[in-house]
Amino acid sequence: MSTQVTGRTKSSSRTQQPWLPWLFLFPAGLGYVVFFLWPTVRGIWLSFTEYNLLTPATFIGFDNYARMFGDPIFWNALRVTIWYVVLNIGIQTIVALLIAVLMHRLTQSTFVRSVVLSPYLVSNVVAAVIWLWILDGQFGIANQILEWIGIGRIGFLTDPNWAIPTIAMINVWRHMGYTALLIFAGLQTLPNSVYEAARMDGASETRIFFSITMPLLRPILALVLIMTVIGSFQVFDTVSVTTGGGPANATNVLQMYIYDMAFGRFQFGYASAMSVALLIVLAIITFIQFKVTRANDTDLD
Amino acid sequence: MSTSIGKKIRRTAALSAVAVLTFSSCALTGSSSEAEGNNAGTIDYWLWDTGQLPGYQQCANLFEEKTGKKVAITQYGWDDYWQKLTAGFIADQGPDVFTDHVAKYPQYVDLEVIMPLNELEATKNVDTSVFQGGLTDIWTGPDGNLYGMPKDWDTIAAFYNKDMVRDAGYTEEDLASWDFNTMDGGTFEQIVAHLTIDKNGVRGDEPGFDKNNVAVYGLGISESGGSTFGQGQWSGFAAANGWEATNSPTWGNQYKFDDPALAETLEWYFGLVDKGYMPAYGVFSQADGAAPQLTSGAAAITFNGAWMISTYAKADFEVGTAKFPTNTDTGLNMTMMNGLADSISKNADNPEDAAEWVAFMATAECQNHIGGEGVVFPSRTEATEIAARTYSEMGIDTWAFTEPVEKQEVFFFPITSFGADISALSVVAFEDIYANRKPAAPELEELNSSINNMFENSSK
Repeated sequence: MSTQVTGRTKSSSRTQQPWLPWLFLFPAGLGYVVFFLWPTVRGIWLSFTEYNLLTPATFIGFDNYARMFGDPIFWNALRVTIWYVVLNIGIQTIVALLIAVLMHRLTQSTFVRSVVLSPYLVSNVVAAVIWLWILDGQFGIANQILEWIGIGRIGFLTDPNWAIPTIAMINVWRHMGYTALLIFAGLQTLPNSVYEAARMDGASETRIFFSITMPLLRPILALVLIMTVIGSFQVFDTVSVTTGGGPANATNVLQMYIYDMAFGRFQFGYASAMSVALLIVLAIITFIQFKVTRANDTDLD
Repeated sequence: MSTSIGKKIRRTAALSAVAVLTFSSCALTGSSSEAEGNNAGTIDYWLWDTGQLPGYQQCANLFEEKTGKKVAITQYGWDDYWQKLTAGFIADQGPDVFTDHVAKYPQYVDLEVIMPLNELEATKNVDTSVFQGGLTDIWTGPDGNLYGMPKDWDTIAAFYNKDMVRDAGYTEEDLASWDFNTMDGGTFEQIVAHLTIDKNGVRGDEPGFDKNNVAVYGLGISESGGSTFGQGQWSGFAAANGWEATNSPTWGNQYKFDDPALAETLEWYFGLVDKGYMPAYGVFSQADGAAPQLTSGAAAITFNGAWMISTYAKADFEVGTAKFPTNTDTGLNMTMMNGLADSISKNADNPEDAAEWVAFMATAECQNHIGGEGVVFPSRTEATEIAARTYSEMGIDTWAFTEPVEKQEVFFFPITSFGADISALSVVAFEDIYANRKPAAPELEELNSSINNMFENSSK
């Protein structure tokens, strides 16, 4: 009965006000076109030009891309970025999953949830500055403690081998709570009945985690991974604040290099070409993730 | 003043960005209202050095009394300064007159966004012979036009802790007559070694010296690897060893970073790190520069630019100055000279008014006043003496900065196209040699070929 009624209203609205859905779509659509579609198209166009902001862009075909393939600093930047993403996402996902499951199985306390989320409330730049001070080679408290316990000082952000892992850890610290909360929200959608059934059958917590939680959580975990990987590839502010890309090019991540090329060296054409390369890399990675994790299917049915 | 004060170190920029964010509301509204105070007839003037702001404000007041024309001065930190300036050029906004730097202005000449001063009535008639030698040369473009009115100059010299030098058994004459070579470092390295003291009180040249636990470094170091041309660090050593950065003193189109004279110098200079006489990368925060290393007592000697004199004068011990050591192989004694100037933007509302203000800043009236402030050496020869007197009242004898200029023992900050690219590439290379202690020669060859490629490709 009720379905019939809704059906009728729906069809009548479709005939009488065909513009209504477009009206609702308009604000978001405008934002999409102005802030996303147009800049992307323009960025792709600029990647085929030589452009320094002050004189008009001149078309140079694939020269920027040819330069990119022969630019050792670009490839180094890509390597550094991937190393960062592997460390950052790997550790962050494991830690976040652990926190989320602990929250799900042990406590529903809102206080604990807020505490876990708190690093995320600090802005990236502030978090980076605080860690920069904590890890300072001369006056930082971390090195002071390391010296007391006899390990000696470590150049967390000045040693080329330590710098990227350190930056990755700073961002793990900041983002793990947020990621944990996303996973936690996913955990809460899982039906309690399956857990009850598992407990009836006498399954251990570990068994429950690997045989029930993980498979059922897969679509959510996949989505979280896709989002965090994209975010991780775009790391910039933490690097800019803590190391500025140094020592030498040890932490010169792709976004840092692109930024410096565009706003430091005014080579907007080449910077655009590298941005397009990053776009393509991200598109491929996201596509693979979707396929491998079957993010669109659920095992709940 | 130089790239050194500019701090190519992006960390500083980020930190100041934080400061701006923290005090966002007041800072933002404050500056934007000033920047837009572009009323009819008001000349908009920008500078980045807070130290010079009070002096030029008084010059602006004098100028207004004389001509009735108002000057609105705006100050931005180094990194913000150049970004806002570029944004201003693009948007046909920005200042009428601004303080310009030699590392930046070649690009503005290429892009035709600054005006030739010799084509404007007021600046055309300024007698440039009153300026310290060479200052007009570095502000003359490849087309022979004058693009900046010299306002001050700087050289590099050593600042040292007089107490430490005395305790080590040296006299001021020992430092005034020191020498070096790239083989054994000469008396300079002996002095630096002896001034270095480890945590157990053993000196750097004594047996049992622990180079991994140094309490006082003989030589402090500023900026990671010395930035583009090692201005505040190794530039004087390299030049005395026979190195010239480009194939022509100004507007060269070929760099000579691959010259063995430079590689030799850098191997020896950064070798002081391996010996424990100079702090390794990361021991001190690079963003702070060398001055705190000396004033905190962590280093006995630091090289730095003339623009830092008033900072060193605040130390709570006596600070002496010394020239770069003389090279025993070549007999040369050199220091890098550089200077700022005032340029007029193509977007100036009234170029003739702007030129009048630029010309006024070059008068004895304004320059003598700036000299009395004790923040820089003004470009006019007679104002230099006034500045030197002010500095000596602060407790610092500045002979080490002024004598090389009188004796013409100076070379200029390289002026070429592609300044931003060269700095982006060279900062990384010098950091690699300093921080990672990579062999200098191959690193410099690679740097040189990538820089010279840019010049060759652009002339095609």
